[in-house]
This record gives sequence, C-alpha cells and structure tokens, in this order.
Amino acid sequence: MTPMVDLFFLLLTFFMLTTSFKPQEAVQVDTPKSISEKVSPDKNLLTIAISKDNKVFFNIDNGKDSTQHIRRRLLQGVGKFYGIKFPDKQLLKFEQMSSFGMPVANISEWINAENTQRDKMQIGIPIDSLNNQLSVWIRMSRELNPAIEAAVKGDATADYNTAKKVFDILVANNLMRFNLTTTLNKVEAKLDTKK
Amino acid sequence: MAEIIKEEGGKKGGKRRPKKHSTHIDMTPMVDLACLLLTFFMLTTAFSKPKVMEIVLPDKTPVDPINAPKVDEKKTINIILDANDKVYWYDGAAKKAPYPALNASNFSKDGIRKMLLNRNRDLFLKIEKYNKDVLAGKVVPPRDTIAKRILAIKRADKSGGLMVLIKAADKVKYGNIVDALDEIAICNIPRYAIVDLTTQEKAMLEIARQTK
Repeated sequence: MTPMVDLFFLLLTFFMLTTSFKPQEAVQVDTPKSISEKVSPDKNLLTIAISKDNKVFFNIDNGKDSTQHIRRRLLQGVGKFYGIKFPDKQLLKFEQMSSFGMPVANISEWINAENTQRDKMQIGIPIDSLNNQLSVWIRMSRELNPAIEAAVKGDATADYNTAKKVFDILVANNLMRFNLTTTLNKVEAKLDTKK
Repeated sequence: MAEIIKEEGGKKGGKRRPKKHSTHIDMTPMVDLACLLLTFFMLTTAFSKPKVMEIVLPDKTPVDPINAPKVDEKKTINIILDANDKVYWYDGAAKKAPYPALNASNFSKDGIRKMLLNRNRDLFLKIEKYNKDVLAGKVVPPRDTIAKRILAIKRADKSGGLMVLIKAADKVKYGNIVDALDEIAICNIPRYAIVDLTTQEKAMLEIARQTK
C-alpha cells in the first residue's frame, strides 16, 4: 500500500500547490468560441456577464492586493450615489462574494440571504438609459481602480442588442479597449493555391 | 492509532525470549483523508485560464463629417448578420437603387472565410510567411513582439488594405458577432468596424430574405 499512499500524497501536494479555484459564478455562461489565445488577466478585472436570458451581471476583484478593499469601497460609493447606507457587516461580507446581478436596492437583501435563496434574486442589473446602474458601477470602479480592465463574458445565445448596450456603456465610460471572454477553438485557415 | 501487539504470557517458564515489540500503524484513516483531499483539489482546480479576445471600439464623440475617416469603397466588404445564424455579404457601398444583391454565406470553412481569405490574399501570405520564418528560425524576434510585428505588417499594408464592416440586423445573437470577429482574426484582416445597418441595407436585407 505504501507506493499508492506515496502517489496520493505526491498528487495531493501537486494539486494543493497548483490550485487556483474556479471562481464562483452567479450564472452559467456558455461563451462563444474563437481562435484567440490571449489569457484573461487575473487581477484588476471587472467582468460583465450576459446570460442566455439577457440578464446582466457584474463582478470585480479586489485589485492587486486585498488591502485595497476595492469591492467594499465600490459598494459604499455606489450606495452613497443611490442614497443607500450599507452597514459595515454587509460591506465586509460583500468583499468576499462574487458576481451579482440585481438593482442596487436589492443588494442588501441579497447579502443577507441564505445561499440557496440567492439564485432567485439574480434578476439582472438595469442597463436602460433611464436607470443605468451598470454605468454607475463601471464609473465608480474606474475611479477606485484606474488600472481596471473590462471583460465581457457573454453567452453565445444572448441577444446582440443587450451586448451592444453593454459595449456602449463601456465606451461611454472610456473603456474603449476591452476583452471578450471566449473558449479556445483552433481553426486552420488554408488559402487555395490556385487563384 | 498505533496498535502495539503485545507478546502473550511471557512468564511460562523456560527461556526468556527477548521481547518483540512489533509496532504496526494503521494508515487507513490517513489514506482516506489524503484521498478525500486529493479528490477535492482535483475537482475544484481550474486548470485552463479563460481566454479572451481583445476588441477596440471607437469613441462615441461625434466627428465632423469633413474630417471623418474615409473608407475606399473598392476595398470595403460589408458583412451583414441576420437572425438564425444567417450571413450575407456584398462589396462596396449601396447608395441608390438598384441595390447590389446580397450574397448568402455561412460561418463554415468554405463560407465567409474563403471569401475573406481570397480577398486578403497578399497580406495573409505575408503574415503566414513571417510566421513560418519565425518557426524556422530565420527571423528571430525579441520575445513577445510577434504580435506587434504582425500588427506592423498589417498597418504597412498598402496593397489590399481591406476594410470589413460588420453590420448586425435585429435579433442577431451575440455569438454571431463574435464569430464574425473571429473570422476577421483568422483571416488577418487589417481593418474592421462594427457599424449599424443603413436604410438601403435594410431594404437589401428584406429582398434577400424573400428570395432565399
């Protein structure tokens, strides 16, 4: 049995050292395929996910190290903008959470909810021109972390109209260069030899 | 969990043997735990980092029409995306009736890619040759500047200077736009833009839908 146990420990050590956990997502997104091999940055990234049913989700990391408390300050800032005061306990909890998709008014309820109840609350961030909360989130994120990059993670079957609105909001917030999250799919491009 | 097997009744007379202490450690719980942790880490590890495609969109500030960038009609290809994964394309610009007919195509190997590759022939060959030279070791680029070199080749290209306009009708899926952008990346098209449909093109699209 000893060789087997040795092998187990070897593998265990390997996985423990190389692991980077799959980020917890609020929604399952089936990204389109492309040949791009560029790797997504793992820090200073704000991700806007668009689900199959055209709901918009937002996620942001805590910046280059967690002492910056970007998420906490972001929620505080956006709350202030909409006249909502979040207690410290909620701000602290929000810092550890990941993507969300709901109007600002529902966030407090979402933070306090049980894990099993959370999925039902994801109704999408409003992106209409009258109530453009996504724009506020993006603007505040840029103020707090000027090095932030944007990634749009859209479902292949989402409507382009929704994606276009998201693109427009990004451009309006001076994020002209951004990333589209895709799945790698190698394709051969062969030119005919005859003209 | 170390169980010590004691020698039984040592005082039965006779020779006194040296005490044999065989220590045997039961490893099963440890192995169980190791196995459990191993499974956990194997399942939760995200090995492949997500891949991204970079896209640059133009600023929304209005440009005055005189200084607006002009696009040569002859070097322009319009790709029109329609609902249900339909793709059409036509050359140049449609200004007045009779409108040019739209060519129906698709996202397969022999669809729009073949057309774009043929149009972008010279530039594509140039970049392909550069890539081959790099692989063969004829050209040694400083690290991670290959992409920049290719960009420079694209910019310096005077022969074709192809411009592809991607236009999406209503009800187009987001995946189709990414497919179209992907085709542009595959064919090394130097310039592209995502623009809205013009009124003429809407009429053309209507005709193409009926004549399918």
